[in-house]
Amino acid sequence: MIHIENLSKYYRDFCAVDQINLDIKKGEILGLLGPNGAGKTTTLRMLTGYFMPTSGNIRVKDYQLDENLLEIKKLMGYLPESAPLYHSMLVYDYLDYVAGLRGLDKHKKISRIRQLVDLCGLDEIMHRSISELSKGLNQRVGLAHAMMDDPEILILDEPTSGLDPNQIAEIREIIRQIGEEKTVILSTHILSEVEATCDRVVIIDKGKIVVNDRMENLKQSTGQTHFINLDILKANFQDVHDKLSGIDGVVGIEKINEKPNGPLSVQITCKSASDLRETVYQEIKQTDWVLIEFHQETKTLETIFRELTEED
Amino acid sequence: MQQVIRICKKELKDYFISPIAYIVISIFLLVTGWFFFTTFFYYNQADLRNFFNLLPITFSFLIPAVTMRLFSEELNVGSYEMLLTLPVTFKDILLGKFLAGVLFVAAALVPTFAYPIFIAFMGQLEWGPVAGGYLGALLLGASFVAVGLFASSLTRNQIIAFIVGMAICFTLTLIDKMLFFFPGSLLGFIGYIGADFHFQNIAKGIIDSRDIVYFLSVVFIGLYGTHLVMQEKN
Repeated sequence: MIHIENLSKYYRDFCAVDQINLDIKKGEILGLLGPNGAGKTTTLRMLTGYFMPTSGNIRVKDYQLDENLLEIKKLMGYLPESAPLYHSMLVYDYLDYVAGLRGLDKHKKISRIRQLVDLCGLDEIMHRSISELSKGLNQRVGLAHAMMDDPEILILDEPTSGLDPNQIAEIREIIRQIGEEKTVILSTHILSEVEATCDRVVIIDKGKIVVNDRMENLKQSTGQTHFINLDILKANFQDVHDKLSGIDGVVGIEKINEKPNGPLSVQITCKSASDLRETVYQEIKQTDWVLIEFHQETKTLETIFRELTEED
Repeated sequence: MQQVIRICKKELKDYFISPIAYIVISIFLLVTGWFFFTTFFYYNQADLRNFFNLLPITFSFLIPAVTMRLFSEELNVGSYEMLLTLPVTFKDILLGKFLAGVLFVAAALVPTFAYPIFIAFMGQLEWGPVAGGYLGALLLGASFVAVGLFASSLTRNQIIAFIVGMAICFTLTLIDKMLFFFPGSLLGFIGYIGADFHFQNIAKGIIDSRDIVYFLSVVFIGLYGTHLVMQEKN
């Protein structure tokens, strides 16, 4: 569907995007992750034709970005970061204007705006001025703007930034609904968002792609390292350390927290791909410690993200 | 072309649903009306010459005030990104905004039709120069709108856009009054780029292709400059 080849963008001497290659298939929800200033927004802006690439090529379906920009724009719905809408317009007027520019005729316009009002929950605010809207409502109008023409490709730049948890859940639900038939590309720096919505993850750092993999694969490869967290009463760290470090497969034991008269919190790092829960439990059973908490954690996307994008 | 009309409509609507349009038009009518009629009875001549004499100066500060927001506001709010990623070309946007500016100037001129009608009752008014004057006013307005658009594309700050636009329009209006500052070899050229000179020609009722070409060139240069500036930004 979308084919990106050696895409680069320089702002004077500063390289924002460096030789990116990416293929996006139809019906995929792609999450673009990266720290601030990694080049996510720049990439999306080039994809939507707002910025001209310094070098490289973008092909959408059979259209070349530099030749058939208008055709590509027709296929895409784009919601820029923080949805900058015209402040002076009413919500209805704005949607009507966008529908006009998208080439919808009069009857289709009304029915489509009705659909979007239901989908994005704009019922109450149709006749309010955009300048009066809260951030979340503004974002929803922006989403309606992006979906006006029922585009095949939907590009969302940090669609949930600045929203409250309820609104985030709503917007994610909308994205998932759309993602069933459409291609969605969304950028974010909230990792749980990607985990919750995306099929594929691309992590960008300093303008380069560092990870490009399906969500399941990433979960599998990251699921190799386990941590076991224990809270134990009536034990001191030295004893726990001596007892448990003898177990085969334990890489390290760390004290997280210790309160007088309270539990001792310990984290055990396990060798990759080994499940030590049973052995650890058997060991503890032999002592007179009181085990009040016991759970296993696996390495998350967050850990990978930090490892790959942290400055060294 | 349809996109141009849609954008133009939206911009015009923006003007007329906010107080800008009414404030600017009232000030325009007050200033021109005041300066025109305070001396009108004194000269005892049934023509609009004084009104048209004053027009380039009033336009120089009025039109940049109208056009300053056209690009600056969009750049500042960021809505330009949303607009440009809709299926429109930059040309559509530019022409739509330009057309909205010109129509606004035309709307500001409409109430001044009261002057010639009023004068026609009082004396023998020659309609040729009046028609020429209004045609000239429209051409002058169009070229100042193009200049104002260019100024607006330079910055996100509307006040800077206004001052830059006004500076260029004033220079174009007054430069042929400053001829004695320039070396003799440049006089012909400097005289030719003065907007007032061309405008007064048309306002006398003489429609000369050179004057028309002058105004159309200013429009073209202004719009093309805007195009280059906005292209450079992306």
